[in-house]
Amino acid sequence: MERKEAVIIGGGPAGLAAALKLWEKGIRDLLILEREDHLGGILRQCIHDGFGLGRFGKSLSGPEYAQAFIDEIIRNKIPYLTGAAVMGLTKDRQITVITREGVRRYEAKAVILAMGCKERSRGALGIPGERPAGVFTAGTAQAYMNLYNRMPAKEAVILGSGDIGMIMARRLTLEGAHVQAVFELMPHPSGLPRNIIQCLEDYKIPLYLSHTVTEIHGDARLTGVTVAEVDGHRKPIAGTEKRYDCDTLILSAGLIPDNQLSADAGVVLDSRTKGAVVDEHFQTSIPGVFAAGNVLHVHDLVDFVSMEAEALASDAADYIRGANFVPCTVRIRAGEGIGHIVPQKISAERDFRLSLRVRDHYKDCRIVVRQGGQTVASKKMKKAIPAEMIQMNIKAEKLQKEGELEVCVQ
Amino acid sequence: MKKVYTCIICPNGCEIEAEIEGTYVLSVKGHTCDKGETYVRQELTAPMRTIATSVRVEGGELPLASVRLTAPVPKEMIFPVMEQIKKLSLKAPVEAGTVILKGVCGLASDVVVTKHIKEFKHI
Repeated sequence: MERKEAVIIGGGPAGLAAALKLWEKGIRDLLILEREDHLGGILRQCIHDGFGLGRFGKSLSGPEYAQAFIDEIIRNKIPYLTGAAVMGLTKDRQITVITREGVRRYEAKAVILAMGCKERSRGALGIPGERPAGVFTAGTAQAYMNLYNRMPAKEAVILGSGDIGMIMARRLTLEGAHVQAVFELMPHPSGLPRNIIQCLEDYKIPLYLSHTVTEIHGDARLTGVTVAEVDGHRKPIAGTEKRYDCDTLILSAGLIPDNQLSADAGVVLDSRTKGAVVDEHFQTSIPGVFAAGNVLHVHDLVDFVSMEAEALASDAADYIRGANFVPCTVRIRAGEGIGHIVPQKISAERDFRLSLRVRDHYKDCRIVVRQGGQTVASKKMKKAIPAEMIQMNIKAEKLQKEGELEVCVQ
Repeated sequence: MKKVYTCIICPNGCEIEAEIEGTYVLSVKGHTCDKGETYVRQELTAPMRTIATSVRVEGGELPLASVRLTAPVPKEMIFPVMEQIKKLSLKAPVEAGTVILKGVCGLASDVVVTKHIKEFKHI
């Protein structure tokens, strides 16, 4: 068992930003564990541009955004292990990891969870029908095309209007495939408006809202899908079924924080975010275990992932140095119109940043934070959509030391 | 005539309402920065886009190096540009930041590598 001050699980954007910030704060006895052969996480396969506008003031591709952090990791000689898959985490912050040299064990003062998220699969969506080859999540298709030089489709249909699905619609079209349509179960798109324009409309790919795939056809390879319109309760409407002949179905129907390790360790999870319940320090229910990035809640922009991980690392550095945090006993609740919130509990004694998503599309609305009937913060929004994460800075001076906070849309 | 644009310059995706006549933008509202207004004018007369794709690499630890354009090109040039990029191939090692084609299709935009690809080595 080797002791470390900090072990970071995951070498994607969250893990890299956390490691760099810890280093800057003087924490040198740290280690990044990455299961892939390279640092960078999912950004390695996100070759499109549009990353880094917030952080670097220019539009970078995913690999470039990641490399900016990796360059700093290498320049500072921050220790990392690639090809290192963490197999176990305990509540005592003991980590078991499989590496090329065998099994290693670490005990860390602080563990940073930065494992990112996974895609909702066909099994999770429960689409009936045959089980042919040719059904891929958008991220899998993206890895085939952008990392391994494999073309997954000639005639494709996309289910779900998540950003990666729309980006893959464009990518497939650029490489010569035909994308027939994108079908979205919800009455509104789930990805960012700019991607509807630059990935679908630019290539004349139709987007059908309130539609879903009701059956998958094919024996060895997919031969087609049946698509139907859905009603207000998201149930297929009989008589609206239409068959689309295709060899590939791409799924872009949601991302879920990857918290298998956290759950094994006994970290309390939030049923809304599917990530850990955290306080204003991004500390989970287990003291010394922190979480940030897509493992905590799914972000729409990597710039926010980096910022969140840096905020975490500042506090984790204090924790490692023995700081006593003020107990975080004030709960925050997602009220009317709010999908989820992070953090879920605070001390009410220091300023914090609240991240949230709304459940529906709203125009000219206000996000209001209340405590005991008093409005403690509010943000006016021209539009609020579930595809965009909203952040608000909340001032401690406005807060009472007791009493739940409620966030809602007005 | 009124027309609504969704700005694609940044992830905010401002909905911009423009009053236009022919190819003239009379007024815009709903944008939260100057880029929005520029975007609408450009979109109305000559829409521009950047693209990202990849180029074959020989002898690399991955078979592809990702590339992107350094500046947007006219929308109708996307596929001709893709055709030019498809003809390129590289030998590992490849450094991110390397310009591998200047002025693609005679346009004011270069093709630049966005990922380091090391040489493949047997372990």
